[in-house]
Amino acid sequence: MSKPVNNLEKIRKSLNRRNRAEKRFRWYGLVAVLIGLAAVAVLFTDIISKGHGAFRITYMQLEVNYDQDLIGINNLTDPEQLMLGDWQAIPKVALRNQFPDVSGRKDKRNLYKLVSNGAGFDLKDRLLANPLLLGTSETIWVLTDDDIDTYYKSWLDGEPYAARLSDKQVTWIHELHDEGKIRLQFNSNLFTRGDSREPEQAGIRGAVMGSLLTLILTLLLSFPIGVSAAIYLEEFAPKNGWTDFIEVNINNLAAVPSIIFGLLGLAIFINFFHIPRSVPIVGGLVLTLMTLPTIIITSRAAIKSVPPSIREAALGMGASKYQMVLHHVLPLALPGMLTGAIIGMAQALGESAPLLMIGMVAFIVDIPGGFSDPATVLPVQIFLWADSPERAFIEKTSAAIMVLLSFLIIMNTSAVWLRKRLERRW
Amino acid sequence: MNPSTSNPSTSNPSTSTDAASPVKGAKPEAMQTLEVSDNEATVGKCFTDKPKMSMRNVNVFYEDKQAIHDVSVDIAKNEVIAMIGPSGCGKSTFLRSLNRMNDTVEGCRVEGKICMDGEDLYAPKLDVVELRARVGMVFQKPNPFPKSIYDNVAYGPKLHGLADSRVDLDEIVEKSLRKASLWDEVKERLHQAGTGLSGGQQQRLCIARAIAVSPEVILMDEPCSALDPIATAKIEELIEELSQNFTIAIVTHSMQQAARVSHRTAYFHLGRLIEVNPTEQVFTMPAHRLTEAYITGRFG
Repeated sequence: MSKPVNNLEKIRKSLNRRNRAEKRFRWYGLVAVLIGLAAVAVLFTDIISKGHGAFRITYMQLEVNYDQDLIGINNLTDPEQLMLGDWQAIPKVALRNQFPDVSGRKDKRNLYKLVSNGAGFDLKDRLLANPLLLGTSETIWVLTDDDIDTYYKSWLDGEPYAARLSDKQVTWIHELHDEGKIRLQFNSNLFTRGDSREPEQAGIRGAVMGSLLTLILTLLLSFPIGVSAAIYLEEFAPKNGWTDFIEVNINNLAAVPSIIFGLLGLAIFINFFHIPRSVPIVGGLVLTLMTLPTIIITSRAAIKSVPPSIREAALGMGASKYQMVLHHVLPLALPGMLTGAIIGMAQALGESAPLLMIGMVAFIVDIPGGFSDPATVLPVQIFLWADSPERAFIEKTSAAIMVLLSFLIIMNTSAVWLRKRLERRW
Repeated sequence: MNPSTSNPSTSNPSTSTDAASPVKGAKPEAMQTLEVSDNEATVGKCFTDKPKMSMRNVNVFYEDKQAIHDVSVDIAKNEVIAMIGPSGCGKSTFLRSLNRMNDTVEGCRVEGKICMDGEDLYAPKLDVVELRARVGMVFQKPNPFPKSIYDNVAYGPKLHGLADSRVDLDEIVEKSLRKASLWDEVKERLHQAGTGLSGGQQQRLCIARAIAVSPEVILMDEPCSALDPIATAKIEELIEELSQNFTIAIVTHSMQQAARVSHRTAYFHLGRLIEVNPTEQVFTMPAHRLTEAYITGRFG
């Protein structure tokens, strides 16, 4: 008779143990999640704290004079004159007027270094856009050199970094600051210009366009091919050794390091088919090879998740296999397929290794306008900037990372949104 | 082979015998009686004069496993034939071979002759699309398409090009829904999702979908097994009405349902057709000991 009582005691004992184990297990999970979140938080704080400065850049106010004799130009429509004109003389003269006390070769050279060496060309562009300005003068905000920019920002933040500036340059900056003739402005160059060796003139437009062109090609190629392959393998292919072999190989391809795809692209597209290097066509083809397995695998999973009862219903109504797929399986699998495609695209957007192999790592200033223009892509641009010695590129690198991350976040969010939107319940 | 002494309880079928646990000593004997020999012929009236569908020596295999052994039976026009039997006896497999749904099952092979109006359904030149337009099917689980009620019913007619105009199609949809006695419940919300209906309504929608293409035969694979008694009663009522225009073959787990809706009942056992007889006879005077054992609830 005492047996049931004993059992109850045993159960109670084990119950305590089980409850403790469960509690522990929940804690492990919670800690794991917190570690993950902390890592993301650190990453974002680091990138944003380093990169937010790059969205503003230092300008100084100068009284410029578009003097015909100074530039050596009298006709704005003559390309030769435009090419030979001494445009940099405009800011130089303006600087001398701003600081009339400066004398001596060395001091003057330091003085000229206050403005960006592209400032003259900016003024040329302005003059070409407003030809009436020729021969007149105006007060205008001019882009400063990256060293000035770095110092001014760091000084505003309370930790002046003057390693690359002379004492006199620092004094001039403070004079300008006291007169209100130096300020931070929104850095539109970052979004409108291509790459440059001068940090203050460098922008990500070229890389963004390159990424866009490459991704368009990747999507146009990999989505139809991947979805067709998935449909064939799931719905039409006979189940035999061959299809098993293909399935294993597709899964293996998804795990192949991406740089191998770069080598493949180099060997096939460039060396064999002689497509020029560094162009989005090759980039798109290589990234297509890379994303195809991902798209095929996710599409197959999406097709598999369509309930068999729907297929039976369609076939039972006298739909042919093709109609069953087109009318029922595809619409139901589409959200999953799109999600897979977008995630594949996000992967391709963040990929740099295979593109290094096919020459998309070149220094390209011009913004690509088509699929056959030399281009680079965002992650490679980040790699290039991270490799550059100028201090101002540090914040540029982080800013480019922020842009890349925001593209990725947008793509992943739209994947979730699309899935929610298109998902049908049954 | 068939010692009547092995089952003393056959004499009083009215007792609700607990099939799962007979007396300990009787168990081996009881098991023995459930076996069936290879050369045992089907008992009862298998054949009719002018069959709508006729099956002769049908064998169905899944890979190497034989699921149906040598089944021969006719289905008359406008009759409701119920197929009953314990789980795994092959009744669904047999039903699905009547409109070649088994074609979609990997490794499934059908031998023998299945004819409708004298035409061999397994002839190489026969198109399954046409066959399935003539032999409709309603499945165990209600499986409306995740589309609107209207589109569910209109799917078949659209597929086979049966409607010449939008008005025509509207008419077919209304007629089919009326026949499935669903019209009054859904006429206000034809363009809402068919999956939003209750289980019983969904199954009636599936029936409406099947009859929208005016098939000659409707196969029903346990159409009520996922439904509550009230919905079941509605479907059974519907089957009776439909039998005026259609030939119906229904697989069911419920003997009461078979007794209520069918004209003839076929009893399957371990892949063999044991007995086919008018329903009343099967349930009052079963001709075969296995049929009797099953309907009295000794196993199943």
